[in-house]
Amino acid sequence: MSLKRNVLDLRKRKEIVLQGGGEEAIKKQAAMGKLTARERIEAILDKDSFHEYDMFVEHQAKDFDMDKKVLHGDGVIIGTGTIYGEPVCIYAQDFTVAGGSLGLMHARKITKIMDHALKMRMPLIGINDSGGARIQEGVDSLAGYGEIFFRNTQASGVIPQLSVILGPCAGGAVYSPALTDFVFVVDNISKMFITGPEVVKTVLGEEVSMEELGGAKVHAEISGNAHFFAHTEHECFEQIKKLLTFIPWSNQAKAKPFPSKPPRPEYNIEKILPSDPTQPYDVRDIIRSVADDSDFLEIQQEFAKNIVIGFGRIDGETIGFVANQPSVLAGVLDCDSSDKAGRFIRFCDAFNIPIVTFEDMPGYLPGVEQEHMGVIRHGAKVLYAYSEATVPKVTVILRKAYGGGYIAMNSRHLKADFMFAWPTAEIAVMGPEGAANIIFRKEIMNAENPAEMRKIKVAEYRERFANPYVAASKGYIDSVIEPSETRKLLKHAIEVSANKSVLTPCKKHGIPPF
Amino acid sequence: MSEIKYDKLEIDGAVYKTQFTQKFINRKKWQAPTPGIVTTHIPGSILDIHVKEGQEVKKGDLLCLLEAMKMHNKILAPITGIVKKIHMNKGDKLPKDAIMFEIE
Repeated sequence: MSLKRNVLDLRKRKEIVLQGGGEEAIKKQAAMGKLTARERIEAILDKDSFHEYDMFVEHQAKDFDMDKKVLHGDGVIIGTGTIYGEPVCIYAQDFTVAGGSLGLMHARKITKIMDHALKMRMPLIGINDSGGARIQEGVDSLAGYGEIFFRNTQASGVIPQLSVILGPCAGGAVYSPALTDFVFVVDNISKMFITGPEVVKTVLGEEVSMEELGGAKVHAEISGNAHFFAHTEHECFEQIKKLLTFIPWSNQAKAKPFPSKPPRPEYNIEKILPSDPTQPYDVRDIIRSVADDSDFLEIQQEFAKNIVIGFGRIDGETIGFVANQPSVLAGVLDCDSSDKAGRFIRFCDAFNIPIVTFEDMPGYLPGVEQEHMGVIRHGAKVLYAYSEATVPKVTVILRKAYGGGYIAMNSRHLKADFMFAWPTAEIAVMGPEGAANIIFRKEIMNAENPAEMRKIKVAEYRERFANPYVAASKGYIDSVIEPSETRKLLKHAIEVSANKSVLTPCKKHGIPPF
Repeated sequence: MSEIKYDKLEIDGAVYKTQFTQKFINRKKWQAPTPGIVTTHIPGSILDIHVKEGQEVKKGDLLCLLEAMKMHNKILAPITGIVKKIHMNKGDKLPKDAIMFEIE
């Protein structure tokens, strides 16, 4: 054979594999409103940057006539490419090949690219579109899942891991996304659940559609399993690319700096906050009023909306923002919002991203449901995450900082590096109404007009304690600042913390209240 | 933009104007425990009923077998008393939290 014939033979072989599951299956995929695995990879990566590995891998199963079946690439495409010129590892399950089912070789391809990502210190993007374990391969496919989960855990906190759910992701398969840092879902396409609607119906007698059980909306709003929700696959790919501009390639790097830009003029920091502590506003506008170009990438936008998390930049540097949201549930901490904030803080800490916290919250959500759901151990996650974090930590108290919430939201006592408070801040053991009822109980009870007396005492307490100056007089607050100074001082705080170095006690790992 | 609808949430005596989440609205309201009411802890079907209405039972006596998730679950009397009412028949398929027995 001449070299040319060899090359032609190679091309022919590639041509066959590139057909995936064949025309019919690709048509079906399109009919479901889905792109093919290869189209997805090409849409996410820079043009012509994808290089595929393991194209000719085939399964070795023999049982159930599997030896007669050819599954191109064993139902998964893996490789490397670039996004905005930076290298990433990527894999995409190919639903057109045996429903993207996971067999031993399929799993080996995934673990190969995972190992590569970890070794080369670059992000891993996993596109999930699979019917689940390849039943014909039995325990081998279970072994495959286990090997993936182990690597997800090993890579956690070393490289960013993104999971993109573009089809079914059911049974054990869901645990790989759950172990990764960010999960992307697309309306009407993503389906995630441990047990599907049929099993739920036969075992439990509960009738539920796939969409109601584990559709994109469910995970974006109720379960909190998803971090980004999109209406189309292309919108989802834009979210992935945008997120990657904010985060570093590994825990040994910093996020890429961008040129500094002022916030947009429509976000006027002096016109957002009502001074009456019971009145709502959108705290995201405060974030936008300090962030470069007012650009804020919110994470878990629809889940536990009483806390806001996400990335922005100040003076070109990526910042992780955490903020109580007074317009939803008064901005309280509860089980869900604690989980949401705690995990985000730990991501920022692992990946060298300074954290800016905007605080305005009356405390924890009261109620039997919350107590029984374990708001104690969930709430503890916030304390744990802030205390553990050694990246620069800055807090700006906007209005209410009451009780346990004051301590939890990155207080001086959890080793915040900078504590700023606006003059509207109320830092106290509890709100004036509650405090006056306890402290002046006798006076109120014995007064001729208790309601009137309560009003007087609440006002008295508010006057004396519901301000930032008591905490400032004890050094718990570093500076009481004018709202218009906020961005300048945040910039200053980040600059001053550039070489922050903290020694923590030697340990294998902590035991956070999961 | 549509007008935002605000609710009121009271915390420590202060009333906050704020929005509720769907999850908060749908939360399960707490009910005081009723020790004599025996409910299904899991959906399943009734294999066998071992007691009759009016029968005296001791705490720990077998009331019925509930098959769920391929397991035969023994449902035991939570208190000593008299079976006042049985709410199901042998072979019934019951959802979760369905009342099976009332014991007094």
